[in-house]
Amino acid sequence: MSFDLNLVLESLPQMLAGFGITLKLLLVSGSLGLVLAIVLLLMRMSGKFYLDWLAQIYIYVFRGTPILVQIFIIYYGLPQFEAVRDSVFWSILREPTGCAILALTLNTGAYVSEILRGGVLGVDKGLLEAGSALGMSARHKLIYITTPLATRLALPAYSNDVISLLKSTALASTITIADMTGIARTIVADTYAPYEVFISLAIVYMIFTLAIQKLFGLFERYLSRHTRRED
Amino acid sequence: MSDNPTRPLIEMAAVSKFFGDFQALRNIDLVVHKGERIVVCGPSGSGKSTLIRCINRLEKHNEGIITIDGIELTDKVADIDAVRREVGMVFQSFNLFPHMSIIKNLMIAQQLVRKTPKKEAREIAMHYLQRVKIPEQAEKYPIQLSGGQQQRVAIARALCMKPKIILFDEPTSALDPEMINEVLDVMVDLADEGMTMICVTHEMGFARSVADRIIFMDEGEIIEQASPADFFDNPENERTSAFLDQILKH
Repeated sequence: MSFDLNLVLESLPQMLAGFGITLKLLLVSGSLGLVLAIVLLLMRMSGKFYLDWLAQIYIYVFRGTPILVQIFIIYYGLPQFEAVRDSVFWSILREPTGCAILALTLNTGAYVSEILRGGVLGVDKGLLEAGSALGMSARHKLIYITTPLATRLALPAYSNDVISLLKSTALASTITIADMTGIARTIVADTYAPYEVFISLAIVYMIFTLAIQKLFGLFERYLSRHTRRED
Repeated sequence: MSDNPTRPLIEMAAVSKFFGDFQALRNIDLVVHKGERIVVCGPSGSGKSTLIRCINRLEKHNEGIITIDGIELTDKVADIDAVRREVGMVFQSFNLFPHMSIIKNLMIAQQLVRKTPKKEAREIAMHYLQRVKIPEQAEKYPIQLSGGQQQRVAIARALCMKPKIILFDEPTSALDPEMINEVLDVMVDLADEGMTMICVTHEMGFARSVADRIIFMDEGEIIEQASPADFFDNPENERTSAFLDQILKH
């Protein structure tokens, strides 16, 4: 078997046409997932046991099931209910992209909330005591002490989750979405050249991952500026 | 809050504090008047830190009554906030906010709690940085300062809130020996200016020269309260003598 370089050169631009959809899946579900994660985190830290439990059950369910199964349940399962078809959400859920974004959001939200919680737990209690002693309210301490420090602590694990989310977006191709992986599968079905096509695809994802890593590296450096002894 | 000169700033009556089954404070009675300088000492685990942490409610007492400048400490958040505005605290581990510059450390609570305008907060902050003799460090981050400098910043940060009382929780215990004096010097200055202070410390030289009264605690109880002269030269309780023998041995 020989490696067909021409096929790589031909299929790369085609796959890159799906880059926009991959990027959209990543950015939309990534940001909505972050909002969800913060809500779940606040529920867990609320001190109200019913909110805490609700969040814990949610996190358990979404971390405890494969994301592919979650995508299938949302895409194939939900439309069976008339209530869903009649609801305002139907305009989102009738589209595979809407379903994929919903599934990715719900899934990443569960993971990220635990990552953020790790950051919050890592903040030195003495600093919060200092805040209290200065008369700062719980809200002030959350905004000015806990959030900036927890963000810095959670960042490495969070960047890991964003990269993982990028790769989960490939699962969207299972529900007819023409993201980069979806297009690659179509090309493979036409050309019977899985080797060339999927290796090219893998390299595109790696370059994308590198960009995400660098971006988080810069952000981490910015947030760590106070930990360097010299200016 | 009216200033009643005869009313004590701090009144603790039959205060007890439990951590689970462990009783950290037993029946504490303590009265502190304006301008008094109190040193609290005692063996480790005797309840010294817990005692002062109850005064600004970093710990919640379980029994008894604590009244600070006429405000009784209960679960009422407004009262706790009011007390904390009057009581500054300096910690063993400095607890400066690591992600804020020195000047920001001194301004943040003024702006948020006292609602001081930014410009004025900065002026007040610089004033107190000058008093602790490190105005040139204003724009640095805490990690760039030595331990002694960080603790002086922490004292300045407490002073910026114009407290009526300052609590010191072993302020020199985390410092290298050569930095202890620069912090004690600042504390002596404060004492000379009439600040009401309660210091948990093992610095017996400071206690002897600065304190109006020394309190010795053991197993959550106040064993002895005396002037420095009586405390060091004629301790009444044998536990006090044993403690003094231990720490003054070398």
